[in-house]
Amino acid sequence: MFRISGKKQSAATVFYRSMRDQTLLRLFILPTIILLIVINIFPLFWSLILSFSDYSAKRTTEWGKNPEMIGAENYSKILMSRDMWQKFIVTAKFVVLAVGAEMILGFFIALLLYQTNFFGKGFITTLLILPMTMSPVVVGLMWKLFYNPNWGLFNYLLGLGKIDWTSDPRWNLYGCVIVDVWMWTPFVMLLALAGLSAVPKYLYEAAEVDRASWWFKFSRITMPMVYPLLLVALIFRTMEAFKVFDIVMGLTGRGAMAPQVLSMYLYNVGFVTWKTSFGSALGYIMLIIIIAITSVFIKYLNRAKT
Amino acid sequence: MAEIVRRRKNISRYFIILIIILVTIVYIVPLLYIITTSFKSWSDVQKVPPTLTFKPSIGAYIRIFTARTVYPAGTKLTEEQIEDLSWFDRILYFETGEKFVRVGDLPKRYINSIIIGSISTVITIILGTLAAYGFSRFKLRGKDDLLFFILSTRMLPPVVVIIPIFLMFRALRFTDTHIGLIILYTAFNVSFAVWVLKGFIDEIPTEYEEAAMVDGYTRFQAFLKIVLPQAATGIAATAVFCFIFAWNEYAFAFILSRRVAQTVPAWLPYQMGVLGYDWGAAAAGTFLFLLPAMIFTIILRKHLLRGITFGAIRK
Repeated sequence: MFRISGKKQSAATVFYRSMRDQTLLRLFILPTIILLIVINIFPLFWSLILSFSDYSAKRTTEWGKNPEMIGAENYSKILMSRDMWQKFIVTAKFVVLAVGAEMILGFFIALLLYQTNFFGKGFITTLLILPMTMSPVVVGLMWKLFYNPNWGLFNYLLGLGKIDWTSDPRWNLYGCVIVDVWMWTPFVMLLALAGLSAVPKYLYEAAEVDRASWWFKFSRITMPMVYPLLLVALIFRTMEAFKVFDIVMGLTGRGAMAPQVLSMYLYNVGFVTWKTSFGSALGYIMLIIIIAITSVFIKYLNRAKT
Repeated sequence: MAEIVRRRKNISRYFIILIIILVTIVYIVPLLYIITTSFKSWSDVQKVPPTLTFKPSIGAYIRIFTARTVYPAGTKLTEEQIEDLSWFDRILYFETGEKFVRVGDLPKRYINSIIIGSISTVITIILGTLAAYGFSRFKLRGKDDLLFFILSTRMLPPVVVIIPIFLMFRALRFTDTHIGLIILYTAFNVSFAVWVLKGFIDEIPTEYEEAAMVDGYTRFQAFLKIVLPQAATGIAATAVFCFIFAWNEYAFAFILSRRVAQTVPAWLPYQMGVLGYDWGAAAAGTFLFLLPAMIFTIILRKHLLRGITFGAIRK
């Protein structure tokens, strides 16, 4: 339990102390575990049962009759319908575009920042990380103003004419991607900077002595050292981008024209058309994907620790 | 020769700095745009192309905080009547031709956000610190699995868990109450707090506590008097993070609150004012709401990475 340093203690004292440690441990940990079980795990089981029924939160329940158990019908409906695959594709498109751009831009800016030292570097870094802790929905709202096709600054600065980035279904997915990239590139940048500054300087000095090329230094020294942190960034961003909801709601609202990423669709199914159990089933499918990504992350985390 | 190499290095250095500054400018343009828009008068907001020089006005801030009516058509106030108006009424009259009726909904939403955010943060920190200490210092069978379980609850997408939580809250009559949102935010932040705080407590050497216990402290006393003071910075940083998460949270607040317990993020996107879309007021509300998060970011920038990666990166 703990090392006893200094004077010898009798076996009884040690036992007594460790006993108390055990009760203390329970007192410390149990409240958290209980709260998590009640608020997170119990509802999950509830929705698992719901997902096999045809329950709707808007109908009154008649025991034995109304929420009928219909087996895996909800799941097969989701996996078989072409419409649903369309939503999976929209979500995947969002994830790939947003996360891809964030990784490239974030790493690029980090490389630039790492290479030079100048007066005001800290100030500039701070300016760049400002978006990270903002409320995504309010950021979406902010960009809605910025995007406004009539008098907003975005199209005007880029000379794009009257592209409607928020309600034209041809463009609004990309509108959301741009906002997500604006918000989360600094996150990748910070992680990459952390990785870069952990590279020992003497490696570069040794390479300099050997007259190694820029590319050699980059691919043999920089990349292997930064790679683990970029992986963390990648996993985090993929997970978050897959769940994207707030930004889309803030930017495009919940109308029919909004990009149908999975979370948006789930909201519409669950709380607009009130197909509760269908929504639960869809939620479970999303959950399985999220768990798969999370377990990769945890595995990485454990390996990095040892 | 050396001279040339040095000069070339200098040129590339200035070039990089130039790019960085350009990137930064591009980056903060949306923010600057919101700030300037919020200080524009009603007529300036919709000018095309956007004006850079304008007479600053706090009309938008008055509009976001108030409920107003329009003066009857054709009303023209005399000089004396204008003299009698209070300062905000005068600004409203000149800008949009409106009259102050009462204080709007925003202050109440702010109070909701502050109450829910701070109470849930306090509970989260108490629960989280205890659990983090437990996980950090004691042996426990299946500890890694338990920690994974705790983290996994945080990874759940809100939209997925919200259906059963909605049903549960409806059965318990918790929808649209402060206590409902407080419990929810506590549950969702506590997993974060446990992970980050465990990292901070892991960094405190166990020798201090052991020495104190040899000197006769009980384990609990050692925790209170040795560990807590040393973890204070970490606890404060975690608390700020928890508050920001609760302050920013949208999905739960939007679905589980309607009026009484509604927080700012759930309310703001749907308030564009009575005179069509009041973009100036929307910009003002947005800026006011983002300001605390920006200030916290500046204070927390050393711990930011650690917070956002749940303590995975300790820099």
